[in-house]
This record gives sequence, structure tokens and C-alpha cells, in this order.
Amino acid sequence: MSSRDVVMGRIRDALTLAPPTATEVPRNYRTGRTMPDAERVELLVDRLVDYKAVVHRSTEAQLPEVLARALRDVGARRIGVPAGLNDSWLSEFDGETVVDSPTVPAPELGNLDGVVTASAVSCAETGTIFLDGRPDQGRRALTLVPDLHVCVVTVDSIEVGVPEAMARLVPERPTTLISGPSATSDIELERVEGVHGPRNLHVVIVG
Amino acid sequence: MSGVSLGLPAVPPRAPEGVGFLRGTEKFPAAARHELANAQLRRNIGKATHTIRAKRLHVTGELPDWEDLRDAGAAIKTDVMSRLPELLEQLEAAVVARGGTVHWAADANEANAIVTDLVRATGSDEVIKVKSMATQEIELNEHLEANGIHAYETDLAELIVQLGHDKPSHILVPAIHRNRSEIREIFLREMADVDPDLDDNPKHLAAAARKFLRHKFMTVPVAISGANFGVAETGTLGVVESEGNGRMCLTMPQTLITVMGIEKVIPTYRDLEVFLQLLPRSSTGERMNPYTSMWTGVTPGDGPQDFHLVLLDNGRTAALADGVGRQALNCIRCSACLNVCPVYERTGGHAYGSTYPGPIGAVLTPQLAGMDGKDDPNSTLPFASSLCGACYDACPVKIDIPSLLVELRHQKVQKSGFGAEAAAMKAASVAMSSAKLFTLAQKAAGLGRVVAGKKGKISKLPPPLSGWTDARDIPAPPAQTFRQWWDSTEGRAAIAAARKDGDR
Repeated sequence: MSSRDVVMGRIRDALTLAPPTATEVPRNYRTGRTMPDAERVELLVDRLVDYKAVVHRSTEAQLPEVLARALRDVGARRIGVPAGLNDSWLSEFDGETVVDSPTVPAPELGNLDGVVTASAVSCAETGTIFLDGRPDQGRRALTLVPDLHVCVVTVDSIEVGVPEAMARLVPERPTTLISGPSATSDIELERVEGVHGPRNLHVVIVG
Repeated sequence: MSGVSLGLPAVPPRAPEGVGFLRGTEKFPAAARHELANAQLRRNIGKATHTIRAKRLHVTGELPDWEDLRDAGAAIKTDVMSRLPELLEQLEAAVVARGGTVHWAADANEANAIVTDLVRATGSDEVIKVKSMATQEIELNEHLEANGIHAYETDLAELIVQLGHDKPSHILVPAIHRNRSEIREIFLREMADVDPDLDDNPKHLAAAARKFLRHKFMTVPVAISGANFGVAETGTLGVVESEGNGRMCLTMPQTLITVMGIEKVIPTYRDLEVFLQLLPRSSTGERMNPYTSMWTGVTPGDGPQDFHLVLLDNGRTAALADGVGRQALNCIRCSACLNVCPVYERTGGHAYGSTYPGPIGAVLTPQLAGMDGKDDPNSTLPFASSLCGACYDACPVKIDIPSLLVELRHQKVQKSGFGAEAAAMKAASVAMSSAKLFTLAQKAAGLGRVVAGKKGKISKLPPPLSGWTDARDIPAPPAQTFRQWWDSTEGRAAIAAARKDGDR
């Protein structure tokens, strides 16, 4: 008998010995919430600042300028981008732009000063940005290895709560939820930002 | 459907003895005694649990639908346990369809062997690890080490525990019993290439860990993780973390091996919307933890190209066979119950002798590994509680831990009879049933003052009363009994005065 059969047999025995009762799942928690743009943005900004992320606001037209300034201010000269990033976004940036591909060995991403990507969806209530590996976000290693992640969030991709944000995801895509820079509270429960992920998270809210 | 059942259903076996970390070497009262004597530990744990308690209350109070989320979470998990066979089959099929391989492990020995063979097949003698309770429970690191494979823990606290040749003492913050200066000493002693001028600032300590592990993340080709959940509907697995070491392990290596307890399966992707609200707020007291990774099998050109899921039983089906006890399998390992427990706060995690300490450990460990007779340390765990109920209030999936404790106490007594305490209670009921016997007994109790001596406490009584004093001190009896006082001049005067007061 295979171990699979053994474990399955045990589960069935257990449920025969103590028959369970059918359970209805009550879903009375809040779903399908909406909120005016300004309020959603304000809520998201409040949460991001609480996580010690740096937040920038921008219009669509100003975005190249805002990105260039943000990168200049932190002295980032060599920037990685996913292959599907909108070319115009870095049109004002005068440093070097490196387009990522699966053939680049992931450790080499450590030689970049930072990375600029788009995002799939955000959750205002928890200050969470969801990346799902689409062409404008790139593979997971790209937003993990460099020490600076500049992430562009469009206003129409901001949802109010977790259920609303999750509903917009495609389950099969590799998905990373980011809520501020990496942090640990392992030493005397004192929160320290920046352990293994990018130590600096800049979020540019567009629209 | 597979697995032919022949004849009557048998009670599934507990986790095997002699492997894994589900049984301590001494009974809880004895272990608690020396843990309680450690003032440093009590200070650390007291401070930490109070800090995290306040944060949890703040962020759970923020949500008007918190109780609705708890109701949903509890019902989803209860539903999972009743449909486990079909959900696991569904999960397996979904993972395989996305290019992953699924292995089944009946117990710790089998899981360790499977993982060891998988690592061997890659040719690597090193693995990097994400913090995982399941691999702690089966003592995977030790097993790998014995087979010439070194496992690097990459969670900061797990690294502190590993470098300190120590055991974790908390589900969420395994090194909660260490303070910054102890951690600095461990790093200076155990970390290769550490800056000798390292101070005890947590920022600098975290930076030292970053530097130490960076090279490993970039070069070690195999990672081992646990899982917070596995979605049956889609085959999606999820790991919830803070530091980014999880993301590193789940992204950088070529091969990923995930060890998941069979109870961690959830039915639908949508159910994540409940647990991603319950878990971070209950666990770290944050609105959301910094990083959560979700992956479904293999994604070409992104992350590990070789993915293995090991589904672990190791006593879980034994717990499932108990209609009351199976509730413990609903646990999402948030650790909220530890942080509110007055017993845990004083003894710390090591006294429980298991990967799973605190209130949930007291109900989960005996069910996974059994309570074999009265000399088994696990048989003392259901008694490691004052039944105050704080854990039940804190639990995000509403596990009724106090009721489970009472049920397990009942099972223990059925199995191994009454202890000394029951004999003492019986004697007390005889003495209390007659005024004459009671007066005599009280007189005899006065002798206790002699036993207690100057410190006014009795710490050791002879058997059968030793059962009581093994776990607690008894204050010395008063110099005079109530009846003696009642009959004294002082007593009569006091009563007369009280009467006067009452007549006014």
C-alpha cells in the first residue's frame, strides 16, 4: 500500500469513527466595498507611511518626471526594469536602464541600484501592494534582490479591503503581497525595517 | 477515490516516538519549575507578550467585522476537517497539473526520508529554510545533518536559535527568550566573518544576519519551506512572513520542497480573503505582514523550476478521529493564545517540551503524539492551564481550547487513573463531613507552620501530598484556625462590635 493510501485510509477511518456534521460557512464579513478615489488614496497613503514606505503622488503626465526625481534623490544610477514596463515612464531618467529577462542570473540583480515596476492591485485598508508577475512587473527575483523598489500604483487599481483586492487576482500567477519594506520584530519585539528584501520601498501613486 | 478500506475503521496511530519534537524529557511541572527560576526569561517573555497583546487588540478592534471574520474562519476550518479526503485529492491534482510533484508522508520518519532523498537528488549538501513548524516537529534539520546535509535557518529568530544550539520557545518569535545582548554574544561566537565590533542594537544585529545569509540565498540551490495554507481549488500554496527570507527561499533556488501538514488545506482561493485578515492581525498585531508569497506549481522562467509538496500526517489523523479534539487541527499557528496565557507568560515555551507550546500546544501535542500513561510528560500538558479562557477569546478561528483541555484531562484520568490530588480531595471530603474530624484535621494542619519554617511556605510535602507541592508552594497555615479565633476573647469582642454596628 502506498503512503498516500495509508494516509487517505486513516482520514476516512477517523471520519467514520467520529462523523462530522455538515458546516455552513457564514460570510457576513465586509465584501464589495467601494469608496471615492480621494478617500481610497488617503487610506492607502496612511498605511504605507505607517509601514515606513516613501510615498509620491503624481499625475499620468508627470510620472516620468516624478520617477526621475525619486531615483535621483536616492542616488540610484543603474535601474532594472521588467521587459513589459511602459517605455515612457523612464524617459526623464538619465541613468542606465537594464531590461531584465529570465536568462539574467538572479544574483546579478544585486548589482542594480534599484528597480522600477508596475503593480497588479493594492489594498488600501492594509497598505498592501499585490505583484503578480505580469510583463510590467517582471519575475519575482527582480523586485526582491535589489535594495530599492520603486513601485507604481494606479488609483484605479486600489481596492478598499482584502476581499475586494483578492477578487482581482489570477490565482495561478505567482503572487507577492508587499506591505512596506521588509521588517523583523525578532529581537525583543522591536521592529527593525530592512532585513532580506529591498530595504527601501518607494510607492508612486498615479492618477 | 483510492485506498481500499477493509473491515472496521481503526483509530489512526499517533506520531512515532523517538523522532521529532513532540515530547519533552520531563513533566510540565518539573520543567516549569526551573524555567520559572530564570528571571531573564520571565522578563523577556513578560515584556514581549504584553507588547504584542496590546498591538493585537488595537488592530483587531479596528475592524467592525472582526467577529464575522472569526466565524467564517472557524467554519471554513471545521468544514475542511469534514471534507479532508476530497480536498487533499483536489489539492494534489491541482499541484500536479501545474508541474509540481506531491508526496505523502504517514509520519516524521517518512517525511524526513522523502526530503533527504529529494535533496540528495539535487547533489547539494546545503539547503536554505523558511521558518516552518512542521519541519521543527519532525526534526528535519537534525535528520538532514545526520545525512551530511546542512540546513541553514534563514528566519532571524530561527537563526538565533540555531546558532545558539537552542530550542524555539514561541510559535511566532522563536527566540523570544533571548535579549539583545545575548543575541549579540551568539552572533560574535557563531557567525563566520562577523564584525568583531558588532554592538547590540537590533538594527545592527539584523544587518549582520542579512550579510551572513545573502550569499546563501544566492548560491544554495535547494530550499525547504512549510506552508500557511494550500488551496485545494487551485493548488496555490502560501507563506506568510516578515523579513523577506521567505521570498528569497521561495524564489531564488532551483528546487523547492514544501512540507505541509494535511490540515493546512483550505477549499477555495476565495477563502484566503478571510485568513489573510485573521492571521496577521492575530499574529504580529499588524494590519498585514510585510510579505506574503503565493505560488501554484511551477512558473516557467520565474522561481524554482522543480517543486515538491510533502503532505504530512504524523498524528494529525489520530487527532481527527476525536470528535472533540479535532478542533485543535483548525489552528492557523498565529500564536495569539500564547501571548494572552498567564501560564505561558510565566513558564515560557520550553516547559511544554514540544514544537507547539502554550495553550494550543497543550491540546495539540498530546493528540499528535499521545499521552501514554501517567509517566508520559505529555499527560501533564492538559493540566498546564488555569482554564481562564483568555486563549479562546483570542483565537482567530475560535478553537475552544478550555473545553479541549477539560476533555483531555478526562481522557488522561480514564487512561491512567487519579493522581495524588484526587486522593487528597477524597481525604478532605471525609474530614469535612464531620465537625469533629474537621477540628482535628485543622489542629493537625497547624503543624504545617513548623514545616513551613521561616519563609512561611511549604515547598515539599511527603507522598501522596507531594503531587500538590511538586507544582506549587503552599503558604503556611495560619497560627490559629477560624474556630479557635471565634472562641477567643478577641473574636467575641469583634462579633459583639459587629452586632452593635448592625443594630444601628
